[in-house]
Order: sequence, then structure tokens, then C-alpha cells
Amino acid sequence: MRITAPAFKENAQNALTDLHLQRALEHVEAGFIHKRAKVVAALPEFDALRDAARDIKNHTLEHLDLYLEAYEKAATKAGGQVHWAETGGDARAIILDICRKAGAKTITKGKSMVSEEININDFLAENGIEPVETDLGEYIIQLRGEPPSHIIAPAVHLTKDQVEADFRRVHTHLDAARDLSESTSLLAEARGVLRDKFLAADVGMTGANFLVAETGTSVIVTNEGNGDLTQVLPRVHIVIASIEKVVPTLEDVSTLLRVLARSATGQDMTVYNTFSTGPRRPGDPDGPEEYHVVILDNGRTAMLGNEFHDMLRCIRCGACMNHCPVYHAIGGHAYGTPYVGPMGAVLAPALFGLDEAANLPNASTFCGRCESVCPMRIPLPKLMRHWREKEFERGLAPATQRWGLGVWAYFAQHPRLYRLSTRLAIGALGWLGKKKGRFRALPLAGGWTRHRDLPAPSSRTFIDQIRDREQ
Amino acid sequence: MTDKPSQKAPHVGLFATCLVDLFRPGVGFAAIKLLEDAGCTVSVPQSQTCCGQPAYNSGDRRDAAAIAKTVIAAFEAYDFVVVPSGSCGGTIKKHYPGLLGDDREWGARAEALSAKTHELISFLTDILGVAAVSARFDGSVTYHDSCSGLREMGIEAQPRALLETVDGLTIREMADADVCCGFGGTFCVKYPELSNAIVEKKTEAIAASGADTVLAGDLGCLMNMAGKLQRQGRPIKARHVAEVLAGMTDMPAIGESE
Repeated sequence: MRITAPAFKENAQNALTDLHLQRALEHVEAGFIHKRAKVVAALPEFDALRDAARDIKNHTLEHLDLYLEAYEKAATKAGGQVHWAETGGDARAIILDICRKAGAKTITKGKSMVSEEININDFLAENGIEPVETDLGEYIIQLRGEPPSHIIAPAVHLTKDQVEADFRRVHTHLDAARDLSESTSLLAEARGVLRDKFLAADVGMTGANFLVAETGTSVIVTNEGNGDLTQVLPRVHIVIASIEKVVPTLEDVSTLLRVLARSATGQDMTVYNTFSTGPRRPGDPDGPEEYHVVILDNGRTAMLGNEFHDMLRCIRCGACMNHCPVYHAIGGHAYGTPYVGPMGAVLAPALFGLDEAANLPNASTFCGRCESVCPMRIPLPKLMRHWREKEFERGLAPATQRWGLGVWAYFAQHPRLYRLSTRLAIGALGWLGKKKGRFRALPLAGGWTRHRDLPAPSSRTFIDQIRDREQ
Repeated sequence: MTDKPSQKAPHVGLFATCLVDLFRPGVGFAAIKLLEDAGCTVSVPQSQTCCGQPAYNSGDRRDAAAIAKTVIAAFEAYDFVVVPSGSCGGTIKKHYPGLLGDDREWGARAEALSAKTHELISFLTDILGVAAVSARFDGSVTYHDSCSGLREMGIEAQPRALLETVDGLTIREMADADVCCGFGGTFCVKYPELSNAIVEKKTEAIAASGADTVLAGDLGCLMNMAGKLQRQGRPIKARHVAEVLAGMTDMPAIGESE
């Protein structure tokens, strides 16, 4: 997708006035938060599971080189081919090469955020290969030419009416008088259309929620079963995954799946948990003839051991954005990167550069709700603050902001000067605001008073009043 | 504890916070009353300014560290540091040690200050064992859980428990009391439109509770919510929870005239 994070403020402003979007966003709160709360409350050991899940990832990251090599060995032994891609460009070239060798005209795709990260759809289309998204949400946004607005619910920004309109616009071969008023009829229609695509595809591409080092297995979770058809029906299966998806054992996966489903969709378990190990073996009833795994770095090894290391634990559940007041206000597209919400605010600057994405870690109230629900206990506000520090060090923050902060910080370190200046400023403002008790407008405070009144300060500061009392 | 309980009254250094100092001294006086009623000796160091959170959260670690040092120097002599704010209290308690961790001497002093720093209401209940206050408030209140207080300092039950003991007061919980009000310190001026969208949901929830006063433990959030309620013309008052617990509600509510 095209990165529009530098225009975050304009994007956000547009999102706030988009009535369809605002209506759709109401479902995020109702749909995700309450469901998660319910399943978490039903599992007394949920917090202990979170600790166990965090420890698994911490251990893996400590020995990432070892587990990646073990994974490669096991996957190769199972008949798979492992490809290493340092950059998005490398990954695109590898995937195109596999598709060309397979003589692919169309490829079906399971939902994959890494594929969004490397912008594979546009690239394949430019090279004459048609990518077909098969996850219902991804299918819908592909029809609309939009990027996903949420890492697990890509079309969550849309209302049912909008989807109906899109289906009528695109599926012109179907009866114009058909009834599409129910979600189930929309789903059935998408399934019918996609059935032919599944059968026609030469290559199927999926992401991976986990790569299992001990067995060389890739794991995907879906609620629609589209991932299974994507990876089983075509002759060639390509898995695209980033390096931090590897975990040591199947036992570890079972722990992670338990926290993933609960944190993501409020399910005890996702409906389809599909484990793929290599291509079809003699005697297997189905499966691809070729099984490729493209493992992407794209800046992640640089995060190992630095202040953003914890972010590599992320299992992409989306709980942080589901609980984020900023995400609730504007949805995902405003962030202008594939990764949105608090996890995107930490990951996007690492993957796409701080110059591109500096707005994102700033656009947080640091309310900490993301961290409180993160199954992997990633200290998201702390990591966002680290990006603000980098931004500050590099002088990227707006000059007025830096100057204002600098003056204030100087006074805050010099209590006598601070007393004198606040006494004067507050005295005047307090006197001005005394009659009404608040201001409706105030020079230099427009950011505040555009939307709310500003309580008038006291005409005498607390510290001065204490001094008066003591004298 | 192996030591015999000290007969001496605990000596508390009150860190008023810059917002209370400038905008609402009454919260400081309410804090003094509550602490003295609970048997503390209270001092208000004149050299206090701000906890440094605006610099810290803007990525300016150097200034934040310099400010932290002035706070530590001003407060480390007291038995306890008490703050009528979960946010500023959280900065001192949860963030100073990391901020100064690279400096051996200051890191240790930050740790020591952190260990004896508390938010006001939880200090009263959890450290001093206060179970009831003697105050009267004729009205219904709804309590907003400020984010840092709730998630960094674990303040949730304490203010509600003490409010239950105020004569004449009814608590009407709002929906999503634990969701951010959109203040976020510098966030509200850096992203005013976003902040507004968030506080609009909050004032909607406050109004739907049917309470005639909204309370919280952080003046920043309160100024944000009060300012929005007033701009919307809603006749709902906003006060710091300490004012109600101290029975000092004769002063005008936040943003109201005398």
C-alpha cells in the first residue's frame, strides 16, 4: 500500500467527518472489546498464559538465529524450499520468480499483513499476474482498491450497505434483483464468486501466524476456511512470513493460539487452525506440489536488542487497536501504513522510517489501555515514547513545539524564575477570567479553546498562597 | 515490618502538581486537610515546579531528567511524597527510576523517592488505612478513572470506597469510566481534533450517567472534561475527588465563577 502517514493529521480530520466510517467504528467497540472481556473473564489462568506466551517469544528472540536455522532445516527436510529476503524488494522478486516458473496467471491469497507490508498485490498486477484476495474482508477491500484498515478485520471500516453496493457494482453477472440485505447473503455471494477463483489459481499465497522450528510447519488461523483452500488447491503454495514468526515447538504454538484467539476475536479458539508442512507427499489426498517459504527481515534484525526489541513479540492479534481511543475515533486508514493503532505506531517507524511515520507514535494519549490488553505484554506506550525521543534527538519535531517546550523546561528547572513568571502570568489571567471562571477563547490556546472552554487559573498560585499562610 | 511503629506523625511532602498550583489551589488545600485529618504533618516545598512529564512524553529526556533531579532534591527528605494526581505521581514513581537509571547516584535517589511516592487517595486508604471521611455532599457523582492513576498506580476501588462514606452522596457509574478522556497532556494541543472526538464520547457517557457532578483524581482530565461540558452547555459540574472527600465543595466547581 502507499504510505500516507506523513498526512496523518489531514487523514484523521477526514476520518472524523466520514459518517459511514464513524458508523462502522461503533462496531469495533461493541464487537471486539466485550467479546474479549467475556472470554478472558471465563479463563482464570489467562494472565498466566500471557506470561507463558511472552516468555516463549522472549526465549525465541534470544536465540532467533538458531531457531530460524532449525526451521529452515526442518522445512527443507519436509520437502519445502526456504527463501531468505532481506528487503521487501527481495521478497517481491523471489515471489515473482516462483510465480513465473509456475506459469501463474492468477494467484489466490489468504490474509497476510506481511504481503501488505511488501505491497505484493500491486507488484504482481504490474507483472501481469492477477492476485485474488480470498479472505472476505480482504476481498471486499480489494474490490474497492483500498488497503486494510485493521490487521485482523481489514474491512471493519465499512458498513454492510457499502459492501452490498460494491457487490452490485462488481458482480454484474448476477441477478440484479437478488436480495443482499443480510450479511449471510453477502457472504454466500462472495463464496460463490471465489469458488471459481480457488479452482483456477496456479499459486496460492498465505501468511503465517507461526513457523514451527521443530517441524518446519507454517501455521495460519482463519475463521472462514479460505486459507485452507488457498494453500491446498493450487499447484504451488507460497508462505510469506517475517523472521519473528518462528517459535520453537508445536507445544509453544498451542499456548500462543490460546492467547491469540481470545485477544483477537474473543474466541476460545479460532475456527480453522491450519498446519502445513511441506508439499503433498505420496499418498496424500491433496496439497501443493511445491511448498515455498519466503522469510522476510525488512528492518527487523535491527530491532533485535535495541529499545524496540519487545515489539518483535507481537502476534498481530489487534487487541491494542481494538482498545485504543484514537483508533476508535479515526479507524485504521488515517494511519497511512499497513500496521495501524498502537502496534502500528511502534512498528511503522521501524519498517518505513521515522521521517515517514513520526506522527503515529505522537498520536497517542498514552492512556495505556493497549498495554493492559496486549497478550504479549508489549509496553507499547513506552516504545512510542522511545520514537518521540528519537524524533526529538533528530530535531524532527516542529520548531514552535520544541521552542515552547525548551522555554518551559528551563523555567521548570529554575524554581525562583518559575515562581516569578507564573505569578505574573497567572495573576493577569486569573484576574481576566475571574468573573466568568473560564475562557471561551484565548490567544495561543486555540488548540484547546476551539473545542472546549478553558478554566481560568487562580489569581494566586497554590505555592504563593502557602507562603502567605506560613508568613 | 520489624521496627516498632513510629509514634511520630508521618511527615509528608505534598507535590501539588503544576496544574493544581496554577489553576486550582483548592485541590492542594483539600489534600492538606485530608492528610492532616489522617494524622500527617504536611509540608509544601516552595521549590517545586512540575514533574517534567511534558518534556518526558515529548521525547526530551535530557530536560525531563534535569527536572526530575530538582524534584528529587526538593522531596527526598520527607517520609512520603504525596501527589493529588495519578499521572504526575506515576511519573515520579514509575518513570523517574528508568529516566535516571544510567546515572548511579541519581538512579539510586530516584529509586528511593519512587518507593515513598504515592497518589493522594491511595495513600490515604492503602498506606494510612483511612476507611472513611467525615464530609457531606448533597448530590450524585460519577467517577472517571484517569488513565495513569488506573493503569500505572492501580487506583480504582480506593476513591469509590471513600466516596461511599460521604454523607448525602450517591455514586452513579458512567459507562466506560476506564476509557481515556482524550486529554493526554500535550496530545490535546498537538492533536486537538482527535482529542475533541475522544472527550465528546466521554461527556456523552458522563451525561448518560445522570450524575450532576463528575469527579476524577487528575486535574488535567478534569479541566478537559469540564471545558467540554461547559462548551456543550451541559449543567454538570466537575471537581477533583479530594475536594469532595475533604468537604471543601464551597469553592466554585472547575471553570465556574464565584
